[in-house]
Amino acid sequence: MAKLLSHSQTTVVDHAKIKQLEFKNRAENFRRRWYQFTRNRLSIVGLGIVVIITWMAIFAPLVAPFPEQAGPYTDFARAGEPPSREHPFGLDLIGRDVLSRIIFSLRPALLMGIVVLSIVVPFGVFLGLIAGYAHGTWVETIVMRITDIFIAVPALVLALAIASVLTPSLSNSMIAVTVMWWPWYTRLVFGLSSSLSNEDFVRSAELMGASKAYIIIKEILPNCWGPITTKMSLDMGWVILIGAALSFVGLGEQPPAPALGTMVSEGAKLLPDMWWIAVFPALAIVVVVLGFNLFGDGLHDALSAEKS
Amino acid sequence: MDIIRFIIRRTFHSAFVLFGLSIVIFAISRVVPGDPARMALGYQAPEAVVERLRIRMHYHDPIFVQYFYWIRDASSGDFGESILTRRPVLDDVKQTYPATLELAIYGGLFMIFGAVTLGTISAHNKDSWIDNVVRVFAYLGVVTPPFVFGVIFVLVFGFWLGWLPTIGRSDPVLVLPPKVTGLLTIDSLLVGNMVLFVDAVKHLAGPSIAMAMGGMAQGARLTRSTMSDNMSKDYIAAARALGIHERTILWRFLLKPSLIPTVSILGLDIAAIIGNAFLLEVIYNWPGISRYAIRAMQAKDLNAISGTVLMLGLTFIVFNITVDVIVGILDPRTRLTAQRGE
Repeated sequence: MAKLLSHSQTTVVDHAKIKQLEFKNRAENFRRRWYQFTRNRLSIVGLGIVVIITWMAIFAPLVAPFPEQAGPYTDFARAGEPPSREHPFGLDLIGRDVLSRIIFSLRPALLMGIVVLSIVVPFGVFLGLIAGYAHGTWVETIVMRITDIFIAVPALVLALAIASVLTPSLSNSMIAVTVMWWPWYTRLVFGLSSSLSNEDFVRSAELMGASKAYIIIKEILPNCWGPITTKMSLDMGWVILIGAALSFVGLGEQPPAPALGTMVSEGAKLLPDMWWIAVFPALAIVVVVLGFNLFGDGLHDALSAEKS
Repeated sequence: MDIIRFIIRRTFHSAFVLFGLSIVIFAISRVVPGDPARMALGYQAPEAVVERLRIRMHYHDPIFVQYFYWIRDASSGDFGESILTRRPVLDDVKQTYPATLELAIYGGLFMIFGAVTLGTISAHNKDSWIDNVVRVFAYLGVVTPPFVFGVIFVLVFGFWLGWLPTIGRSDPVLVLPPKVTGLLTIDSLLVGNMVLFVDAVKHLAGPSIAMAMGGMAQGARLTRSTMSDNMSKDYIAAARALGIHERTILWRFLLKPSLIPTVSILGLDIAAIIGNAFLLEVIYNWPGISRYAIRAMQAKDLNAISGTVLMLGLTFIVFNITVDVIVGILDPRTRLTAQRGE
């Protein structure tokens, strides 16, 4: 009796056990990727930078030495003081602590990256998947020719034009960058999905009568995640950079709110005497973009290692 | 024959892109909140005058008809009057465009030359300290925004070392030559004015190098990796085995195939250079079309915005066709794929 019972148990599909195995598999996969990622020390540096700046942005009021000086604040008696022990990055033209302002300006910078990507990625990926799966039809022609137009002009120029006709503000600069950014995802995913749509596993799913939506979402999309994730982490840096460029010419976050680009452009007028007002925010931009780049390159290595 | 067909295809494609771009720009100039005619004339203007402008600008017609009038005028170079300067936008564009073109040309040349040289040096001395220095430099070059380079250049070369001027195209005390090409370096040579030529080159050096740094760094990385890939290929080993001189191998056999990826991303880099001009012209107070465009954008001068953006888009498209044709000549494979219509 006992033998029979155990026999019947093995023949019944044990969903819980499969789930467990799948989870184990995934964990193992993650461990391998993590190992790949950590093999390059620069990737760790990148991850470190990303974690630290995110942490600083979230806890800006606690991290910044003079949080009250980030926004509207004036202390003309101490305006333009050079870097000192108390103010390691100096004071700006109206006496605000440059370091505190940099820490607070990480907030709009990261917010811009997150908001822009969370709109651009689903939209661009969706269009790319459709155009790629409908390879060779009029759908592909329309979608890809439209992306051509957006890719054919310098992103910064059109983003500036869009931001300028709207009222300059952080959210409008996000809109401007969003309008310019989605075609890159469409193009990336289009390339992947049009080549995947000829693969055997897609063909066999078609033969078994799977719907188009099922094939696109369940068969093609999972195979695109690697490149998309890599591009997203690199793009965090680039979006922050273009956001800084917009605020540099006065079309982003408006003063007195702190923004990296605005700080650089204000400081540039004061060169060479009060160099710290421009140079430290400029270096902050470099560090932020560098962090996301190193992190993205590390992800690229980790996610593409399996194929190579 | 191939190459001619390729050029024709490419031109058609670009014409389509330009058409699309014109729609986008038109849309931008019409989505602006508020009444463009009222904005153009200011808030004190009497309603009758504003109404006359609305009629003249066809604002009462359907949007497609408006676009038709707009594109008809734009294609003959008529973008209307700039609110900022109270002159036809075309005149402003004509006046400011050469300065930006000159900046972009020198920036582009510097970028290509720098990318290929650095990449070659790096690949040639692979894994040595030279290679490492170039790689670190290339990485920093890619992640540093152009305006940061601009600020650092102004500070270091302009103020601390005093090598380069920090404002404008030429020293205001120098007499400008008659305008022939509009490019100061060429015009000054045409009249044999060496003092002005040297001065113009000095003024160009800062902004053009600053705007080229990003593309140069990226190009150097790419050249390095393609070249070191190609170095381990069989045909190079065969050439070595035949006793061909190392220098001949480098220049004759390695350089050309290694240039293809670098040249083909140049199209994107030109986009970057045109975008960068926007930021560097502000820093260096360069009297070019980008600084004009920025001022127009800050003043919401719609006619000037659409004129300058369309002009820059056109420049970019023309540069891009040129790059594609060069790649087509360098790499016969591209011509084939273009022919198959992929």
